[in-house]
Amino acid sequence: MADTKKMSLICMSGEFDKAIAAFTLASGAAAVNYEVNIFFTFWGLNIIKQKTGRRFLGKGFLDRAFNFMMGGRKTLPLSRLNFGGLSPKLMTGLMKSRKVATLNELFDASLALGVNLYACEMAMHVLGLKKGDFIPEIRDVLGVATFLELSHGGETLFI
Amino acid sequence: MTFVKTKLELEKLIAGDTLEVLLCEGEPLSNVPKTAIEQGFTVVENVHVKDNVHKLVIQKREGSPA
Repeated sequence: MADTKKMSLICMSGEFDKAIAAFTLASGAAAVNYEVNIFFTFWGLNIIKQKTGRRFLGKGFLDRAFNFMMGGRKTLPLSRLNFGGLSPKLMTGLMKSRKVATLNELFDASLALGVNLYACEMAMHVLGLKKGDFIPEIRDVLGVATFLELSHGGETLFI
Repeated sequence: MTFVKTKLELEKLIAGDTLEVLLCEGEPLSNVPKTAIEQGFTVVENVHVKDNVHKLVIQKREGSPA
């Protein structure tokens, strides 16, 4: 096994609290010089959409309706007790008042520390998304085989 | 997260510059100085300020990471 410190996350969840977990791990590991890769698939792709609110993305009616309902980083639901989207806003307020980094701060810190973000090609195809729908910091669009090569020799976590 | 914020600020410094960080006791106080030293920075000062708050002064040396 290579001695490079490396952590790879498979981020399938598009939930607010799990996104916080992913970016807390990612930024923390990057700060102590780990190479960090995050592979976003299915609902996780919502976190990296360029439009952070609800937008009609994709070509067909179903794609557009589906992407509108899923939304982006500003509309991620809490995995429990979401209360129609109120809870993530309350939680962000709590985090600010208690001086804990918010999701946006963790996200920005991860980008600043060089965390590598990848989008899953197959999930993009299923959801009718294209690379231009994501933030420009997305390093590449990958399949499983390439991600396995990237993550080889380090820790891999599924969120 | 404390070290994440510290690291982002350290990256902005040039060699010889110092960074003051206020830390709570517990995990931040045990982790931040240790990790800064591991990464090639110098901890110039680590003093108790009040209650559970400590002040850490970290200096960027020649050859410290960018």
